[in-house]
Amino acid sequence: MPIPVRDEPMVDYDPSSPQVMNAFYRRLFPYRPFFLWLNQDQIPAKLFTHREFAFTLAGDVYIRYNSFHTADEFKKEVVRLNPARFEIGPQYSARPRDRKTLAAGALQPQRRELVFDIDMTDYDEIRTCCTDKKICKRCWGYIAAAVKVLDHSLRETFGFKHLLWVYSGRRGIHCWISDPAALDLNDDQRKSLVTFLEVIKGSKEQSKKVNVRGSKDEGDLHPALKDALEQLKTSFVKLCLQDQDCFQSERGWENLLAILPQDRDVIGPLRSKWQADPGRPSDEKWGDLVSAVAMLKKNQYPLFQKFQRAMEDVVLQYTYPRIDAEVSKHRNHLLKAPFCVHPGTGRVCVPVNPDLVDEFDPDTVPTVGELLNQLDKAPVEAADGAKRIEDYDQTSLKPYVEMFEKHVAAILRDSRGAKRAFKEESMDF
Amino acid sequence: MFRPSTRHNLPSSSSNPALEVKLNKRQSGIGAGGPSARWPYRLNFYEHPPTLDITLEEFETFAIARLRILSHIESLSHRSLPYAQIASGITTYTKTHLPLSSNTARNVNLDEERRRDEIGHWVLRLAFCRSPDLRARFVRTETALFKNRFETDDIHERAAFLRSLEFDWQIVDESEKATYATELRSCMSWGTKDDQFKAESWFKVPWYTVPDLVGGRRVFIRAGMAYVPQSLQISLVLQAFASRLEKALELTAKNLPRLDEDERLGPVIDHLASSFLSGLGASDYQPAEGSGSTSAVTAEMVDDVARKHFPPCMKNLYERLKRDHHLKHFGRLQLGLFLKGLGLPLDEAIVFWRRMYGATMSDDKFNKEYKYNIRHSYGQEGKRANYPPKSCQQILTSNQPGTQDSHGCPFRHFSPENLTTFLLSSYPQLDRGGAEMREILDSVKTAHYHVACTRVFEITHSVKKGEGLGNAESVSHPNKWSDRSREMEKEVLEGIKRKEDGDEMMVDA
Repeated sequence: MPIPVRDEPMVDYDPSSPQVMNAFYRRLFPYRPFFLWLNQDQIPAKLFTHREFAFTLAGDVYIRYNSFHTADEFKKEVVRLNPARFEIGPQYSARPRDRKTLAAGALQPQRRELVFDIDMTDYDEIRTCCTDKKICKRCWGYIAAAVKVLDHSLRETFGFKHLLWVYSGRRGIHCWISDPAALDLNDDQRKSLVTFLEVIKGSKEQSKKVNVRGSKDEGDLHPALKDALEQLKTSFVKLCLQDQDCFQSERGWENLLAILPQDRDVIGPLRSKWQADPGRPSDEKWGDLVSAVAMLKKNQYPLFQKFQRAMEDVVLQYTYPRIDAEVSKHRNHLLKAPFCVHPGTGRVCVPVNPDLVDEFDPDTVPTVGELLNQLDKAPVEAADGAKRIEDYDQTSLKPYVEMFEKHVAAILRDSRGAKRAFKEESMDF
Repeated sequence: MFRPSTRHNLPSSSSNPALEVKLNKRQSGIGAGGPSARWPYRLNFYEHPPTLDITLEEFETFAIARLRILSHIESLSHRSLPYAQIASGITTYTKTHLPLSSNTARNVNLDEERRRDEIGHWVLRLAFCRSPDLRARFVRTETALFKNRFETDDIHERAAFLRSLEFDWQIVDESEKATYATELRSCMSWGTKDDQFKAESWFKVPWYTVPDLVGGRRVFIRAGMAYVPQSLQISLVLQAFASRLEKALELTAKNLPRLDEDERLGPVIDHLASSFLSGLGASDYQPAEGSGSTSAVTAEMVDDVARKHFPPCMKNLYERLKRDHHLKHFGRLQLGLFLKGLGLPLDEAIVFWRRMYGATMSDDKFNKEYKYNIRHSYGQEGKRANYPPKSCQQILTSNQPGTQDSHGCPFRHFSPENLTTFLLSSYPQLDRGGAEMREILDSVKTAHYHVACTRVFEITHSVKKGEGLGNAESVSHPNKWSDRSREMEKEVLEGIKRKEDGDEMMVDA
């Protein structure tokens, strides 16, 4: 793939070539923080040694149930296999690599980070700028809105602290939660959490996909959703009405009308007005709707309320996070590891700061080619005496690794604190 | 652990004063009626295994009595009835087969009832701890039984029972209640009047201890704590019951091989487990044996069969597949297993899917990514399980379709407008303004999806209303629809043939 030429000619590194990936795994992958992140301790614990790793090799060969005793062993195997990418599974009741010697059913998933996956494909029906595999800065707006809401809800509502958001390398984002309480959740509990968070449901054939107000569709929103709605209102205006212009096309505004209560006196005039003026931008159309609904307030209060609720639901349907629920529900679901390279784009799956997610631009994420070029240009390692610096410190991967290390340090601090408390308690006996 | 023994092989009852006391208690309980120290309440968390002695006969009969109840509960819950109906069904059934009265009851031998209840429970634990599947079913049905008893229990006795369990639930104090007043109020589904709010009190528990309330967004959650109102306390109790039972069962399973047991008990326990399994397989679909009414289907025939004999959900999937040359994973699974149930053999299935994907997919991609899954669903790959076709229950409740999916049940997962259009285009017998159509949509509105589906079957097969798939059976499995549909076609064809034969004979004569 072509890499833009900057100041001087660069070597064209192709992410699908084994040599390039090998150089990445040998020199750039941050093994130390990666190990600590999974293990939550300096000494290899079950969280690492009983953990499944799955490798995807060139030619779609897929190797499951790998596990490693130490971080070094892991590194050696990654460099040897040179996978196109690899995924992380749960901590099992035994070492996954021993599974053939175990009794049937003895290998059960036990602990696992709570994970979320948001993918741009789920937004295809409401984004107007790109489709399918493409993503641009504009459609990232949807992801940004989703991340902010989900991050807030997971921290405030569920009380989680250690959230790591990771760009998936092409058109989505993952979230890993490493709190002990999250690791310990069983599948039922994960499922209930996901059902709590999931708002947009329904197949292709269902136009209104938000049904969160009970069977009669007239209840109040749950406080957590009310919170989310307040956050999303501004995103809705900026993103859907202005940037994406979701209701500009006939298909766009027909979708909107289909979600609203089917009242002929309100819908009819709107439709004819918009048909007469097909170029009318979305924010003006939304304004038309708002004023039409305001007219109802005086004489038809129940209907007014119905429209108010429906309009809130529209905001949710167009901006609320569309999470891939199946990923989060089961402990044994595999998810691509952070700092892997996306085989299609060559971009590294880097951590994303949720507070700055609006500024994040997928096009500026370093690719493996750029990083290797930066390494080529870096000064040869200083002679002995100088403190050895990691290779990634000489590339644009540095800030991302630092962000990751900070995250890991916070996890370790908490887990050490917990262990000390446990020790003191057991000393008391 | 449970150690049954018959009376005469006890070491010597006089040497064991504790046992003596218990035996005496039981004997003294007969006729007296009042609750004893061993069973002070009607409800029981079954925390301590019974250490009393029982006869072999009791061992088996008590267990069978309880098993009957559990099977009944399971079949009730499979019939997708409204909850009130299930509850009353359980109540009447337990009254006759395993009565359990509260302390206030008169003329009842409370101890004997409670002993039966307890022993039955513990014996079934032995039978059902063996596989994760059995354990899950046992926990589910036992919890349902407990719930039923909890709901029908005397209020004071229930409160006393709950106190005896000593849960460490944190009570939300008044100042915190005031802080979150609006949030707490908006989660009060039973009414938000001022006095109702004042009268209510809340417990604070980690959210993951009440997953059902969290999943249903029925409680307010903040900083990882769920605020559970007094009126929803039952789910806290049930959750505690289920999770303790689950843990205990796992422990039993681990220790079962080491159980130093009498060889007379093994067969009884085995028999109990297997009869539970066989009695409840009814919701699974068993394809007819041999050539019978449903003969094998080939890839070429699918299109014709689809036109005549597919239920709405499968018709939708099939039309989608024909149009898009693609289906998402759960759609493939739902349709693929259905076709398997219809009698499409594996090699024909591969031909069928290859053809349906058409030129949009390369042979290479098909062989690599799709063939495996088809073979897997026929039990030829992986753990080689022969997966049964999905029942309506599964289609309605598991793997809800996402935004790009087309599987599921049209009655449940389509909006009313799209459902109408879809039904009209797939079943020309229906008529947009007709009374039948209205009826179908009404059933959908009240969430009686199987009623709606059955009605469509009746109309499209010119069957009298209420007759369903024969003998008033409603549609509970897509394959049952198709089987019945094909059977009826065959009957008609045979009827015509017989008539023709008759005509010929007349001519001959």
